[in-house]
Amino acid sequence: MLSTELAGVKLKNPTVLASGILGVTGASLSHVAKSGAGAVTTKSISLKERKGHLTPVIATYEHGMVNAVGLSNAGAEETLPEIEFAVKNAGVPVIASIFASTITEFGKVAAAVSKANPHIIEVNISCPNVDDEFGRPFACDPGIAAVVTKKVKKSTNIPIFIKLSPNVHNIGPIAEAVQNEGADGITAINTVGPGMIINIEAATPILTNRVGGVSGPAIKPIAVKCVYEAYKATKLPIIGTGGVTTGRDAVEMIMAGASAAGIGTGVYYRGPEIFSKVSKEIQEFMDKEGYKSINEMRGIAHEE
Amino acid sequence: MKNDEFIVVKIEEVHKESKDTITLTIPYKLNSKPGQFVMLWLPGSGEKPISLSGEKDGKFTVSVCAVGSFSQAVNNLKKGDKIGFRGPFGTHYKLPKDCTSIATVGGGYGSAPLSYLTEEAISQGKKVYFIEGARTKTRLLFTERMRKLGAEVLLSTDDGSEGVKGYSTDVLKNVLETHKIDKVFTCGPEIMMKKVAEISKEFKIPSEVSMERYMKCGIGVCGQCCVDDLGICLCTNGPILSGELALKIKEFGVYHRDPTGKKV
Repeated sequence: MLSTELAGVKLKNPTVLASGILGVTGASLSHVAKSGAGAVTTKSISLKERKGHLTPVIATYEHGMVNAVGLSNAGAEETLPEIEFAVKNAGVPVIASIFASTITEFGKVAAAVSKANPHIIEVNISCPNVDDEFGRPFACDPGIAAVVTKKVKKSTNIPIFIKLSPNVHNIGPIAEAVQNEGADGITAINTVGPGMIINIEAATPILTNRVGGVSGPAIKPIAVKCVYEAYKATKLPIIGTGGVTTGRDAVEMIMAGASAAGIGTGVYYRGPEIFSKVSKEIQEFMDKEGYKSINEMRGIAHEE
Repeated sequence: MKNDEFIVVKIEEVHKESKDTITLTIPYKLNSKPGQFVMLWLPGSGEKPISLSGEKDGKFTVSVCAVGSFSQAVNNLKKGDKIGFRGPFGTHYKLPKDCTSIATVGGGYGSAPLSYLTEEAISQGKKVYFIEGARTKTRLLFTERMRKLGAEVLLSTDDGSEGVKGYSTDVLKNVLETHKIDKVFTCGPEIMMKKVAEISKEFKIPSEVSMERYMKCGIGVCGQCCVDDLGICLCTNGPILSGELALKIKEFGVYHRDPTGKKV
């Protein structure tokens, strides 16, 4: 039994398309859903359109990827039909990812995307490439993360998941702070860093933005540890994201405390088929080890 | 092994094709096939998908028309300047063994990948009708090279300054009516390619088009080049698509999306 639940939203399997990957259009999200994802997340949406950074915006290396797409999107109003298309056609829960550069704007964009009726709103307070009004990601301070959560919670009736940053000393107090303000769940983690890749023949950083968030297999141990800490600090469902490429990786996330496993950079390694492959691999592991449900495995790495 | 590492080498040769189009020869063995593209990188100016216009003897060529700031910067490059790229990416034109006679239909600089295909087809002993259309004579590309290769070069211009006055699709129709053609290949403006796919369908001849969208990653992850309503990425599932599949894409010849994802 691969089914799982995120704040009352039922998933047929625990794989979730992470934000920023194949999430620009409703048709693309539906295509990923048909490739086996248990839920799909849109690329992050802001109130107004954003052009993003000049290419190159993505560079890969031996152990993952560095990206600074720059949160390009068409703006909430223009993106509503894309979310609606996905809600209608994907056949799986749709998570609308939102971001803003001020607390007031977070409330507005949450209200705006709610019109398209996504199943969950994911609040991206942790993009490492864009600073907030305080000059650093909102997710780096428990007090500020809590204020954003409160604002978004007031602006919508849809369950909200707060996407947290790994670039903090301890994610636990931040998870606890957003729980206290009514968050329905947590997504952990966003990309690590930022990092930099220099091409030595060109003698320059590859990304035009020079730095970018690090993702992929290299960051999995950091992600697992963050999920572990968030689980210990709260009672919230967690989408464990960061370096999940195989069913075994997904099980690791679940044992750390995740209810579902986000997959982003994994699409680069295994294509959109990664979702059905990972599901199959989780099932094979469960059969071999005698686990009956996802819930049975959830957080068991905490037992001493 | 993934082929998306950024490679930076010195340009071996710069050839001016026309007033605003140059061909760069880059000394690197890509193992590409006609129709595939590279992400061409010019530090500071950006990175764009560019179809290959040829590859042989461990060197490949790209032909770039100056239309925006990036392609203008490429047009200013000199022999010995450094250039970055990754690839080859995407699907390629397929030349079935049993097809002996093909027609290619190119519009302007869309002829670049078709010139690569023509070279390949002729080396396999196939007969090629190389149809090319442009606004005016000075915008026609690769025609001499194709003639020398032995292709039947058939031209059209909107103003009648060279070849037939009118559209390349009319030339194609005429060729299909008078010759036995096994497969049709096209690259150029989408309206033209759509017409080519429709005409080929009418004549019950298989066709392949080269469909492009704004691309950022080139490796099937960013989702910028996904098309409605199929939701497939054109950087990995394209750019080369069967005409039949292309005609199922709602936005083919109708709209595309800008870098933010907005329909334009």
